[in-house]
Amino acid sequence: MSASAASTKSDLFTYTLRQADNSMVLCQRLCEWAARAPELEEDIALTNIGLDLIGQARSLYQYSASLCDPKVSEDDLAFMRDAHQWTNLLLVEQPNGDFADTIARQYFYDAWHLPFLEQLTRSHDTTLAAIAAKSVKEAKYHLRHSSMWIKRLGDGTEYSHQRMQDAIATVWPFTKEMFVADELDLRMLEAGIGVDLDVLKRAWESQVVALLISATLTKPIDSEAITGGRQGQHTEYLHDLLAEMQVLPRSMPNRQW
Amino acid sequence: MDLMSKNTEIQLAHVRSILDTITDPEIPALTINEMGILRGVEIEADTVVVTITPTYSGCPAIDQITDDITAALAKHDYLSARVALVLSPAWTTDWMSDEAKEKLRQYGIAPPCKTSLLDDSQEDPDVTVIVACPNCCSFNTQLVSHFGSTACKSFWQCTDCLEPFDYFKPI
Ligand SMILES: [Zn+2]
Repeated sequence: MSASAASTKSDLFTYTLRQADNSMVLCQRLCEWAARAPELEEDIALTNIGLDLIGQARSLYQYSASLCDPKVSEDDLAFMRDAHQWTNLLLVEQPNGDFADTIARQYFYDAWHLPFLEQLTRSHDTTLAAIAAKSVKEAKYHLRHSSMWIKRLGDGTEYSHQRMQDAIATVWPFTKEMFVADELDLRMLEAGIGVDLDVLKRAWESQVVALLISATLTKPIDSEAITGGRQGQHTEYLHDLLAEMQVLPRSMPNRQW
Repeated sequence: MDLMSKNTEIQLAHVRSILDTITDPEIPALTINEMGILRGVEIEADTVVVTITPTYSGCPAIDQITDDITAALAKHDYLSARVALVLSPAWTTDWMSDEAKEKLRQYGIAPPCKTSLLDDSQEDPDVTVIVACPNCCSFNTQLVSHFGSTACKSFWQCTDCLEPFDYFKPI
């Protein structure tokens, strides 16, 4: 294998891993709501969204694992890496908070994830394009669901409006990282494999502004971007999340159901 | 047609008839063929290769379906059968036939509309289509939640007979 082919392979591995990590961490967060959501339908909805995300994560981990040398399995990637090796966005690892915080986090992610996947369906990498074409159908429902709640709570009672407004302010600083392109993003875009984050940012902003207005909510004032997730610099919350998620396979390696 | 390809044809027909007995574990009223999960059957040398596709990325039924296929074929002495999973083209409810949709309705699940009827410019295209109650056929129904008992269904209620029901989401 030539040096450039090898580096492309390792780029593709990391690029795929980042997406897998986002889905996996957000799935784990949503599943924390099981049996705790404000109503039964919501309990089912959040865990169903989590199920879609873990399905997407598995396809992506399997693909990442296939690009890895020496060989690893999808489970190695999910369960045997420490926090500094995780490449997810800081947004998805933020704690659930109250229901409004969870919905704000989910909505900002969904409004990013759907156009991300739509672009990725046109990737020159056929496997990523296929995974995206499958996931895009699911992400549409996720966005519909979180949008509905933003509207319902924002344009609800004075109290629900205030709680939703507060939640948006809490989550907002973590949304900037979704659009910060690093060297890898630029190389992947150049190769026709990755997503154009500038185009994505415009799509996200117009969608978010329109929804916030219709939900009578105010867009928070922009602050400095909080970044580092994709380089393995995480908030303390990821450590706790991983400790819970990984304890079983780490304490009993290679066990089967 | 030479003897070899004729044998293969007969074998393929036999394999297909075996696969026609395998149902979706979450919707036992429909076979995996009627669901559009079964994508192809081939015979490569001595091996039967069955290609399937998941309905949703996280569909927990897919492992069960894989096991059911290999078990059913093994029972008929196709011992070296292999199940291949493909993601592309992505599964769509448009692959369900009209007969399959009628079976769904009789089973108590409102069948999906054609995806071409969905207006994607709408914020929530689902509520712009009319979903008939599978119990009393009334069109006076309302969406309760985008997510029902499984990933592939949303949760509705009939405002005439008041029965709650699942609607198979058109994707
Ligand atoms: Zn009815």
